Amino acid sequence: MKRILLTGNGAAAWGARLATVDYVPAFPITPQTEIIETLANWIDAGEMAGRLVTMESEHSMITAAGSAAATGVRVFSATSSQGLLYAMEMLYTVSGWRAPFVLVNVSRGLSAPITLEPDHNDILAARDSGCLQIHCASCQEVLDSTLMAYRLAEDERVRLPVIVNLDGFYLSFTREPVEIPDADAARQFVGSFDAENIRFRASTPESQAVAVLGGGPYSYFRYETHLAAMNGLAVYDEIAEEFSECFGRKHEAVEAYRTDDADYLFVMMGSFATKAREAVDRLREEGWAVGLVRPRLLRPLPAAHLQLLLANRKGVAVIDQNISMGMGGVLHSELASVLYGRNDAPPVLASFIGGLGGRDISTEEFFEMAEMVRQAADTGVTPPPRLLYTKTELREVRKLQVIAQVERQQLGETDD
Amino acid sequence: MYRIRFHGRGGQGMKTASRILGTAFFLEGYEVQDAPRYGAERRGAPIFAYVRADRALINERGIIRHPDLVIVADDSLVPVPAAGVLAGITDHTLMLINSAEKADLWKERLNHSGAILTLPVVADVTDRGELPYVGAACAGAAARLTGVITEVALEQAIKNELAELGTAVVDKNLHNALAAYRAMASHAGQVEEGGLVSAAGYQIPDWIDLPFDDARISAPTIHAAATSVMVKTGLWRTQRPVIDYAHCKGCWWVCSSYCPDGAINIVEAKPVIDYDHCKGCMICVAQCPPHAIAAVPEKQAQEEEARSVIGESP
Repeated sequence: MKRILLTGNGAAAWGARLATVDYVPAFPITPQTEIIETLANWIDAGEMAGRLVTMESEHSMITAAGSAAATGVRVFSATSSQGLLYAMEMLYTVSGWRAPFVLVNVSRGLSAPITLEPDHNDILAARDSGCLQIHCASCQEVLDSTLMAYRLAEDERVRLPVIVNLDGFYLSFTREPVEIPDADAARQFVGSFDAENIRFRASTPESQAVAVLGGGPYSYFRYETHLAAMNGLAVYDEIAEEFSECFGRKHEAVEAYRTDDADYLFVMMGSFATKAREAVDRLREEGWAVGLVRPRLLRPLPAAHLQLLLANRKGVAVIDQNISMGMGGVLHSELASVLYGRNDAPPVLASFIGGLGGRDISTEEFFEMAEMVRQAADTGVTPPPRLLYTKTELREVRKLQVIAQVERQQLGETDD
Repeated sequence: MYRIRFHGRGGQGMKTASRILGTAFFLEGYEVQDAPRYGAERRGAPIFAYVRADRALINERGIIRHPDLVIVADDSLVPVPAAGVLAGITDHTLMLINSAEKADLWKERLNHSGAILTLPVVADVTDRGELPYVGAACAGAAARLTGVITEVALEQAIKNELAELGTAVVDKNLHNALAAYRAMASHAGQVEEGGLVSAAGYQIPDWIDLPFDDARISAPTIHAAATSVMVKTGLWRTQRPVIDYAHCKGCWWVCSSYCPDGAINIVEAKPVIDYDHCKGCMICVAQCPPHAIAAVPEKQAQEEEARSVIGESP
């Protein structure tokens, strides 16, 4: 075991290497490309076994990943943003095949307008695909989660693809100290992939992904996939426990930071949650009883963990780094549904949207969210959803719009 | 916690500088975070990289709002708004500018109430091939300014980070970095660790409710044609191609065809370089059959221009 400085992308590549993957179908996209470059270099230098093939698109890449997994080899792949969306048809398809492999997604906001910086609308677009999702907040978690993801994906009670998510820039290009597990210990932890009855061989042809006519058989197959995903909850807990015993780091399905006596909570996913941790520490210094709850596992949703952690709090600020147009924050909706009808549900579940397209969230903004939730708990009135957006930011946009207006006038439009 | 920002141009080794400094801190037992930040640009465009170092686990993330130390590898970036060199600096911020000009002059120009130092590495760098070594010098200077990084740790960090590039490159970087480290001896420890944001009496964010704008305003549309012309990509240039018309044969299709940016126009059968958009890739210099295009360091070309303007004034 050695501790070195590593980017989130480097950590993902190390995860794949230590899991002794056999096959890596790849396609480049910013900010993910460093992952496949790293793997390509290792394979080229003979430091890593396995085969890497660059495909002509993410759609083909996921098809190749699912097909290869169906033959019983261990598969790794990585993508981001538009790439994940281009692969979307196949994400649903390969989970239906019950082909287990691990896909790393480096979160990046979606077009239009196009951006390179992170938010979670890309990964949340895959929420209902049947691929399980683990969300990381540090480079260490990226490596550890990749190892754990193979156990989860390949477990006979699950047998589904797992996506490990990390934020572009904030993790992908950021180096932090990361402990690299001993190769033998990692190999032993991950184990070998026993493909059992889904093993596909050229000499013994069989059909994957048959067509069914009628809702009865279709519902059966779809609901079986759901049940497998739900099994992931208990399986994940087991794996996290075993990982902790092997490597001394516990990555529970939901991180609970200074929550024991907390009256107020922040709830958020991904690397921006470490900013919330910082705010919790500063607020605690001023006597606030405040904590952070961070779901690592989003699919399956650890509902029981969340119900337990949110029970009997005075107020909760849910910070979504995503937006469902016409509804609002996805995590907020999910928590509301998890808490509905429970006597111990917190009376205030306030929704905040922040960090879209990598927009920073300042420590002061966390303080202010805590203050708003405290006031809401006192008055019993939950504030309407709030976008974290300042006057200064709008002024900058207005400046750009003035330029656009001048352009229009130059083009001869006079109605503005 | 130390919060340190490096500003330079793509190709000047700012990411490498942040990695060398990050590794040096790490070798001294610090928790570290280092990262580059850039958009879709390329060599010559402004980029920055940053390092956080603390004795405890670091929870802060993303760009550094209020740096303790700002290192500017290329002083021509200071007046470029997109470079953001001055973003969030306070009287607590120490600035180190790689410049042949005096620190007092920069203090006056920037009206900066904090300390400013200069590191005149730039005076020696007229050769384009030398530019990547600026990063190591900046890292060396920064290491000394913190006062907590030994020469041994700095050396080891450079060897760790650059090993793949071979011993000649490592040696050259070691030489430059250690020279800068020693040049900063009298300022060792001048950078002070910044504090944490307190939850008592914080500045309330000026949030607003975003108003609805109709799609004619709020769709991300560019209404005019050819707007990319307005982006002066010539600012990215570190070397300038200059045509010697005495030797130009007028075979203009060669240079103008090879120019990847369409920045060579034909005026009366002669090629004319559009310096507002030439990024200084020097492909034309390499392709010109009669070798009539010279590569001149941009700084030198600008100084000559300034002199000729003054000379021509009445």
